[in-house]
Amino acid sequence: MTQLWNFPGGIHPPENKHQSTARPIRKAGLPERLVLPLQQHIGAPAEPLVQPGDKVLKGQKLADVTSGMGVPVHASTSGTIVGIELLPVPHPSGMSDWCIVLEPDGDDAWCELSPIADYRQLHRDDVLNLIRDAGISGMGGAGFPTNIKLRPPSDRKVSTLIINGAECEPYITADDMAMRERADQIHGGIKIMSWILRPERCVIAIEDNKPEAVDAMRKASEGTQAEVVVVPTKYPSGGEKQLIQILTGMEVPSGGIPADIGVMCQNVGTAMAVYRAINRGEPLISRITTVTGAGVDDPGNFEALIGTPTRHLLDQAGFHPERVNRLILGGPMMGYTLEDTSVPVIKTTNCLIAATENELPMPPPEQPCIRCGMCAEVCPMELLPQQLFWHARAQDFDRAEHLNLFDCIECGACSYVCPSSIPLVQYYRYAKGEIRTQRAEQIKADRARERFEARQARLEREQEEKERRREERARAAAQAQKKKQAEAEKAVAEGDATDERSARAAMVQQALERKKARPAAAATSEASTEKPDIESLEKQLNQAKGKLETMESMLDEARAAQADNVEKLERAVAKNLDRVKRAEDALTEARKQLETEDGQ
Amino acid sequence: MSLVQQSSPHAHGARPTSRVMLVVILTTLPGLVAQTWFFGWGNLINVVWCVLLALGAEAAMLKLRHKPVAFFLRDNTAAVTGLLLGLSLPQFAPWWVSAVAVISAIILAKQLYGGLGANPFNPAMVGYALVLVSFPVAMTTNWAGAVTLPDAPGFGETLNTIFGGQQAAIDAWTMATPLDEYKHKIASHTAAEVLQHPTFGTGVAQGWEWVNGAFLLGGLALVALRIITWHIPVSLLTALGLMSLAFGSNADQYAPLSLHLLAGGTMLGAFFIATDPVSAATSHQGKLIYGACIGVLIYTIRSWGNYPDAVAFSVLLMNFAVPFIDHYTPPRTYGHHKPRRGIPGKAG
Repeated sequence: MTQLWNFPGGIHPPENKHQSTARPIRKAGLPERLVLPLQQHIGAPAEPLVQPGDKVLKGQKLADVTSGMGVPVHASTSGTIVGIELLPVPHPSGMSDWCIVLEPDGDDAWCELSPIADYRQLHRDDVLNLIRDAGISGMGGAGFPTNIKLRPPSDRKVSTLIINGAECEPYITADDMAMRERADQIHGGIKIMSWILRPERCVIAIEDNKPEAVDAMRKASEGTQAEVVVVPTKYPSGGEKQLIQILTGMEVPSGGIPADIGVMCQNVGTAMAVYRAINRGEPLISRITTVTGAGVDDPGNFEALIGTPTRHLLDQAGFHPERVNRLILGGPMMGYTLEDTSVPVIKTTNCLIAATENELPMPPPEQPCIRCGMCAEVCPMELLPQQLFWHARAQDFDRAEHLNLFDCIECGACSYVCPSSIPLVQYYRYAKGEIRTQRAEQIKADRARERFEARQARLEREQEEKERRREERARAAAQAQKKKQAEAEKAVAEGDATDERSARAAMVQQALERKKARPAAAATSEASTEKPDIESLEKQLNQAKGKLETMESMLDEARAAQADNVEKLERAVAKNLDRVKRAEDALTEARKQLETEDGQ
Repeated sequence: MSLVQQSSPHAHGARPTSRVMLVVILTTLPGLVAQTWFFGWGNLINVVWCVLLALGAEAAMLKLRHKPVAFFLRDNTAAVTGLLLGLSLPQFAPWWVSAVAVISAIILAKQLYGGLGANPFNPAMVGYALVLVSFPVAMTTNWAGAVTLPDAPGFGETLNTIFGGQQAAIDAWTMATPLDEYKHKIASHTAAEVLQHPTFGTGVAQGWEWVNGAFLLGGLALVALRIITWHIPVSLLTALGLMSLAFGSNADQYAPLSLHLLAGGTMLGAFFIATDPVSAATSHQGKLIYGACIGVLIYTIRSWGNYPDAVAFSVLLMNFAVPFIDHYTPPRTYGHHKPRRGIPGKAG
């Protein structure tokens, strides 16, 4: 007999599991169209590899994650891609996300599959890659990519592999039925995962309310390392942390992962998917989903293609929309309500409850907390739910965090027993969300402050630098000026005077000459006898250019020395540039005139 | 199909507060029956009177505070406060003593602090302590002797005494409580002499041991029904017992352990009063400390203080300490090495 430990708290809600275990697993069939969300779990969304209009085969990869954590999405059947659109996806907020819409062609034709005859011949990393390529993510809860989970940090050795078949939440029987009917496949997956991880111990944990599943799994795992352990029925025994505590007596450190204490949990559905991916080469394109609740006539478990709209699945079970008051995706403790029935089944969809008002009535109005402490009695994490509630309500988030708010697994046991009908979990979610937002804002503010401070420091530094340079410059200038200023200023003044005067004189002369020539030309219509003095103009231009060069070199020198006369020199250079331009213009005009006259 | 949008959990299995309080009321019945059996109609009349007053005061205050009256009255908490006072007050306490106790309990101790769940002090004990200090004579001279005595008053006479003010007429039927008698006589008498007084009867304390036994029974039912946890009653009774064994072994000086446990309001206090969740400590460790301190205080006041019984004062004193206890006794959360005591940002 394996030693078991108890976990504190827990509750025994009505199980309501028998409704959906009466019939074997049925195929949900082909819906009119399949909606495949590009993001079905934690990590990065996949990027589409197909375009609308493409014909695809069953099992063909439709989208993959190129960078970051994530797994690909495959075609659940053969057909045509009719769109890549924003559509409602399963999410508590009822949000829309990018989905590939596939219209089945009815052939259900597989693409070419490459099953592995003996995975032991392969390298472990190759098997992990095959698991990734098959699009497998955890099928019990959050849907963490399985290949990443199966490769714990190199300094962590997994000594105990736990296969979670507890399925503690009421109504849900997907794992139960899978274990009853497909124990061999599950066991095949367990063998592969054991081969990858090489644990010292492998435990299949099943609650004692599933005797058929226990028998089937015992039979399938006979003579192997895997040991079936029956755990007492108590919610939430299937919570990863609680199950680890039940089986090992150890606790996962707060903020850590099970591998920190040498444990890993995998869901039975995940094990089955791994078996199919390796031994049959089939990617994850379907899953077993429980459809139950008093709103359906024929509850049971269905093997549904990923992407099947919930409405199609509900109809398979004899859906009566008029009866349904609340539609829950997941279980009655941790699931969330759906706004409409178009959202698709995804890799993590384990249950759909079409509940009537009578079945899951609205809670009575909230009353004041009387500190009865029943919430603390049932909390499996040994928190103080009522204190957390006060602090959350008072927005005293520091204290809520101090009381380990973030260790809350949101199992809902506290809300379940609260005599005052306080929606405690909702308060905790609110507080967590607020704290996360505040943290993000704090980080943003810190960065802004750092930026500001860095800028201030830089400006100060620059100011000092400037100050220092100016002092240096003043010193250098004092020396340079003694030597150069007189000379430079003299040159500048000289250049200014002679040049300007000569250029202006040339212009005046030219203008006079043109004036003289024009009436003569008009009167006599003869060729002008006088030509513009090209030679003198050219001489002037060269002179100006020479001057400009001198000035420029002086300016460079002055700049290098950072002397005080830079500005003056700059003005002089500009003046000279102007002068050269004017001389050039005059020359061009003179040449043009000459040509015209020549032509006449 | 219009679908309800709700946050999880969707299933609820709670006993509503009104039901919890109803169970509390029902589990006090064995005690009330024993009181009536041994001490006459006084307690029953007090209970009815106090419950009616409590409901009236609660309704009036809810109205004044613009709260839904019916919604809050249905939670049965006001009825429990009235009931507890009716069970604790002397059998022949005049109607105005009960009225002052109940009205101050509901109005001062409960509603003025914000109503249900917001009161730092146990309302019933606030009312009790108030009348005990204000009307010490009425609170000590109106205890009924056991009905086995000759000429015990009937229902009409009792009613007349309580509401008609015929104090003098019942002098013959009243008697000091065993704890009171012992406390005041032991200074000048031996234990054997003190125990000759008819209030002790032939057992531990005539009638009182049965009343306490009946409250113990009801209290155990509360624990079994998971309305309360064992921590407060067990630590309270253990501490009281240990104090008695440590300091009161000489029966010629102090009341013996049996009297402490079975003669006063001990069992009612341990199971029904100290366990009032609103004003008690929260965590298991906190409850143990809270209960034990009440036990120590009860013994201390009874033995070395001026009052023969001390449940009300002890509970109220520890109500003061509850916020402090709560800060330093959080449980160790899963995955943590030790509990996070104290207040964030401060050492501790």
